[in-house]
Amino acid sequence: MPVLWAFAVGGFRRFSRYRAATVAGAFTNTVFGLLRASVTTAVVASAGGTLGGYDTASVITYAWLSQAVIAAVHVFAWTELAERIRTGDIVTDLSRPVDLQWQWLAADLGRAGFVLIPRALPPLAVGALTFGMNLPTAPGPYLFGLVSLVLAVAISFACRFLLNLAAFWLLDLRGPMTLYVIVNNLLCGLLLPVWWLPDWLRTVAAATPFPSMVQAPVDLLGGRVTTPGQMAQTLAVQAVWLALSLLAGRWVLARATRRVVIQGG
Amino acid sequence: MADRPSAWSAYRAVLGARLRAQTAYRGSFAMEVAGNLANSGLEFAEIYVIFHNVRALGGLDLKASLLVFTLSRVGFSLADGMAGSMDEVPRLVRSGTLEVLMLRPLSLLGQIVTADLALRRFGRAVLALGVLAVVLRIVPVPWTPARVALLVATPVAGAALFTALFIVAGAVQFWLVDGAEATNAFTYGGSYAATYSAAVLPLPLRVFFSFVVPAAFVGYLPTLALLGLPGPAGLPAWLGWWVPAAGAAALGLALLAWRAGVRRYTGAGG
Amino acid sequence: MADTRADTAGTGGGRDGQVAVEVHDLVREFEVRRSVGRLRRAREVVRAVDGVSFSIAAGGSVGYIGANGAGKSTTIKMLTGILTPTSGTVATCGLDPVRHRRRLARRVGVVFGQRSQLWWDLPLAESLRILAAIHRLPPAVWRPRRDELVERLELTEFLTTPVRQLSLGQRMRGEVAAALLHSPALLVLDEPTVGLDVLSKERLRIFLREELTRNGTTLLLTTHDMDDVERLCERLLVVDHGQLAYQGNLAGLVARVGAQRVLVVDLAEPAPPLDGIPDTTLVGLEAGGLRQRLAFSPEATTAAAVLNAVSSRARVRDLSVTEPDIEEVVRRLYLSSGR
Repeated sequence: MPVLWAFAVGGFRRFSRYRAATVAGAFTNTVFGLLRASVTTAVVASAGGTLGGYDTASVITYAWLSQAVIAAVHVFAWTELAERIRTGDIVTDLSRPVDLQWQWLAADLGRAGFVLIPRALPPLAVGALTFGMNLPTAPGPYLFGLVSLVLAVAISFACRFLLNLAAFWLLDLRGPMTLYVIVNNLLCGLLLPVWWLPDWLRTVAAATPFPSMVQAPVDLLGGRVTTPGQMAQTLAVQAVWLALSLLAGRWVLARATRRVVIQGG
Repeated sequence: MADRPSAWSAYRAVLGARLRAQTAYRGSFAMEVAGNLANSGLEFAEIYVIFHNVRALGGLDLKASLLVFTLSRVGFSLADGMAGSMDEVPRLVRSGTLEVLMLRPLSLLGQIVTADLALRRFGRAVLALGVLAVVLRIVPVPWTPARVALLVATPVAGAALFTALFIVAGAVQFWLVDGAEATNAFTYGGSYAATYSAAVLPLPLRVFFSFVVPAAFVGYLPTLALLGLPGPAGLPAWLGWWVPAAGAAALGLALLAWRAGVRRYTGAGG
Repeated sequence: MADTRADTAGTGGGRDGQVAVEVHDLVREFEVRRSVGRLRRAREVVRAVDGVSFSIAAGGSVGYIGANGAGKSTTIKMLTGILTPTSGTVATCGLDPVRHRRRLARRVGVVFGQRSQLWWDLPLAESLRILAAIHRLPPAVWRPRRDELVERLELTEFLTTPVRQLSLGQRMRGEVAAALLHSPALLVLDEPTVGLDVLSKERLRIFLREELTRNGTTLLLTTHDMDDVERLCERLLVVDHGQLAYQGNLAGLVARVGAQRVLVVDLAEPAPPLDGIPDTTLVGLEAGGLRQRLAFSPEATTAAAVLNAVSSRARVRDLSVTEPDIEEVVRRLYLSSGR
């Protein structure tokens, strides 16, 4: 356990060096928050004041919260592991007496821990000042929301980990990664709330772990999901997806290490 | 000397080098194309989902919104194909490759732009143009000779506007150290804003994304002019006719910004 | 952009009294941020080049030596228009490098040891073709020139290999060909022999000597290698902490500094320290006296004389002679100038 903690701290420290990039990222999140809040508000207004369970106030909250969490949850391209596989450095990682998946998970949690506050606070502050936000006043949504967020980060990691493992078989991961990011962005609730998707698309989304990455924590933190029963259900769905994606990752990893093909040079 | 090759052939040679290097990686080329198709699909999906839920957005119905969307995608993808390589500037500075470029008897900006002209990026432009052709058949534009001229000019002007944005974003890199992502807020944010009616934005934001980052000029304002619709507060519809001028002006400003950036680089030592 | 002057891209400079490089009181400052304590960063102004003046006549060959960080690369960047001087003037081939960067680029060929001017993914032949187009050389001019360079630099066997697959030595030769393709009046080489094996270094030097004499090209060479300097340069500029510590020829420098060669002897069996030999200083003792190093000044004595003296005291099994290295020379120069 202390070993994993070391990995987490390492992940945390690595990102503390990217101060300027974090500031720039928070700035981008803020600008996009302004844009998305405007668009979603206009959509709700055009729909007569409420749409898919959102009114103007709650959709604003949704827009800003989603921008606030995506840095930690990292729903974008990520090929670090694939790079190490490509160069053969993966052998060093595999030779450590710590499980590979846990190593990287710990490091990713460390990273998320570092970026969360600096990337979430500025957009939320600007959102509150400009659009006005309706955040819940009870502690429940925040407690459950935080748990949900941790689960979301882990699920996102597990999926990216799984995808990166394809580097053991594919030479170029760019295509699959692009496709992953696109599908992810569409179905996780970043572009638009999952609740606004046409029924057939919502069904598709429910069959993927993506809504658990953004929509779930945002729903909890924003107070859309209010009863303990609903909250528990959301968390349960997340937990199931986390287990599935981690297990899938382990299974693929086992097969990959059995036929380790090292492309070096 | 009469038989001395022209300056144009010099840039063409740099461009040719890049093209050849690209087609050397044929496998991932197909992947890139597929990726671009998927990207375009995603952008379209957003509009589709919205209009699945509502009839109008920002004063525009589905057809008009499609026109805004498509015009902006054409402008953006053309610009991305031409000047998308501007996002390499931070890497060029860090790796010292910029110095190598400065040792050549060519303009620095010209080299950066031609050095990475990507076939795949133009694929998106072709796709967008195709979609534009389709959209134009279903949108009832009251055609006049002036409107036809505006239609022809808009993609070009839109490309000029976005190109100017990319160039400024590149120039800004000479001042920022690690802040490449900050400019993304304006390049990608501008691209996002351009796909929607500017009327959805609150006034301060609308003014910003029209006159500072000229997103509204790429698709929304020309659409207003083409369809004869009124504009929202702060954005009179007649501005749509000034899109070509806006494009030229933006490019001019961008080149000035670039010059300033290069002066900063040589003066500050990169 | 169009330069319609009949610019012959410098078919050599020729010793016609022109000045290839003229530098006067050149200063270049950098702002450096250093972390002071946990959060604050102090700003400091560093003078990488601190009032340097020199000139290089057309056709001359000058070596520019100094420790790392002494300001060599910065000066070269100012000579080629990559950096603007903070103050002072610089004229390269009669042009202001920053203002006339593109025109100057036609007359100068540069090889940066650490950076490549070639296209990484393409064959060397392609890089040369593209450079010919970039310099707007008519086929009748650049093809014979290319053939000449290919032959004399022995590039034929790897002309069609992608540059990223070339060895360092091969790549260096390719870079030199690329820099000379447009027959520049001034050739600037920034540490061109770093990492090359002895044979490659020598072959490159031979080529350069021929090329420079043939075309009267001016050479500015920065290097850490004394042999480069000996073979290729008539004059030396020694720079230290941004200032010129010495201008003149190699013999003068060695004399001024009293640089020493070192005779390393491997003895048949360990011997007591070989001190006391006239005109030498014992500077090293290894393996209990089995290997000993004796430094001597080439003006005072010769390697043969020292060897003789050693042999009279111990049986020598093997020996080698180490030449003074640049860092050592510069350090001594720095010490001797009393700063």
